[in-house]
Amino acid sequence: MGYTLNFAAVWRSFDLLLEGLALSLALAVGAILIGAVIGLVIAFCLISRNGFIKRPAGVYVTIIRNTPILVLVLFTYFALPQLGFRLGKIESFVFTLALYSGAYLAEVFRAGLLSIPGGLREAGLAIGLTEMQIRTSIIAPLMFRNVLPSLSSTIISLFKDTSLAAAIAVPELTFEARKINVETFRVIETWIVASCLYVFTCSILAALMRQVERRLSLPR
Amino acid sequence: MSNLLEIRDLHKSYGDVEVLKGVDCTMSQGDVISIIGSSGSGKTTMLRCINMLEEFQGGTISIDGQEIGYELVGGQRRRKSEKEIARQRALTGMAFQQFNLFPHMTAARNIMLGLMKVKKLNKEEARSIAEKWLDRVGLRSRADHFPGQLSGGQQQRVAIARAIAMNPKLMLFDEVTSALDPELVNEVLQVIKTLAQDGMSMLLVTHEMRFAYEVSNRVIFMNQGRIGEEGNPKEMFHKPKSERLAEFLKTSSFG
Repeated sequence: MGYTLNFAAVWRSFDLLLEGLALSLALAVGAILIGAVIGLVIAFCLISRNGFIKRPAGVYVTIIRNTPILVLVLFTYFALPQLGFRLGKIESFVFTLALYSGAYLAEVFRAGLLSIPGGLREAGLAIGLTEMQIRTSIIAPLMFRNVLPSLSSTIISLFKDTSLAAAIAVPELTFEARKINVETFRVIETWIVASCLYVFTCSILAALMRQVERRLSLPR
Repeated sequence: MSNLLEIRDLHKSYGDVEVLKGVDCTMSQGDVISIIGSSGSGKTTMLRCINMLEEFQGGTISIDGQEIGYELVGGQRRRKSEKEIARQRALTGMAFQQFNLFPHMTAARNIMLGLMKVKKLNKEEARSIAEKWLDRVGLRSRADHFPGQLSGGQQQRVAIARAIAMNPKLMLFDEVTSALDPELVNEVLQVIKTLAQDGMSMLLVTHEMRFAYEVSNRVIFMNQGRIGEEGNPKEMFHKPKSERLAEFLKTSSFG
């Protein structure tokens, strides 16, 4: 083959990759935070007995989960402006990933909600709490604890999905790596470094989530 | 003196199955009434209707003169607003078979939650009331333990303290010892006995016949969705009028 690995050119642009990584993280955090709120609301809708609440929520989850995220990203950025809904590159991507994560998190939260014994709601009602107070003080905190293991893999998966922002030229990690690749022709080195950054970040995220899990676990 | 609790012609169905078929019952301040009867006779359902954990299709329930759950608007029976029902639920306290303590909160926080959210007390006031009631049920030293760190009997005592701390006019106990190991039953019954001696009005669904005999001033025997017989415990347990009650007592722990 005769190919010699040479990382020097990539190291010279390493700060660009770090900037890209920072933006990737920011995109993920923004989208997941908004998505978590959407997911929580949709999850409560999904377990509602009222069909007018439950059905639209189900339709949202079905559509989003059955559409490739790249298609959603391209649709939001290129098609929505045609309908008069114009967003900047970053806002457009955060909006899309938030909607996308909302649908996935809704399913995670729904499973968590179903695992909470009905007796706790009744105990809340019996002391005079309203349904909303029961949701915020009892059901949601317990549900978060229950879903933390699956939540952590969903969060990591959503972080990796930020790489799709490169498709609309958002300067996140994958976009920066592609730029360095084109400028330096060090294809293998560039993608090895970019991959390592993703793996490293995902490992840190997983460790952080495990820490949160440990912190929130209930003493027995 | 007006009745603390007044139930008139209470009807409750699950689909086509009528569980309560016209129950009438009154109780006065300080009464301790045990409801006994075989499984499926409607005891627990009746209790759950009183604090609107179950909806009911006919009849009225009043606590301290306030009609619970429903009102007549233009001749139509309507469910009251969620907020009003939540307010009315606080007139009663309820202890459940499965304790239902909030597992992510310490014993003290379990009690403080209602005091802060419903009674709008500040944290310090709520904490001091919680500690007072934990002390009353003998668990002051367990205030900062989570439910998972407490025995079944201790959990039930905290659950009772949580209900009583809200200062309800009437306490409802739904088979509170059924889920407990036999050696833990007594500590819970002792707490209820003390509350009865203090003059708390109580309605207890129980399978502990000996306890019902000792603690209540009246016993109601439910049979197939109706009140089969009622009276003072001595008469009921020693000279049952109906054959059905006599049969039930024979097979119960009292016999």
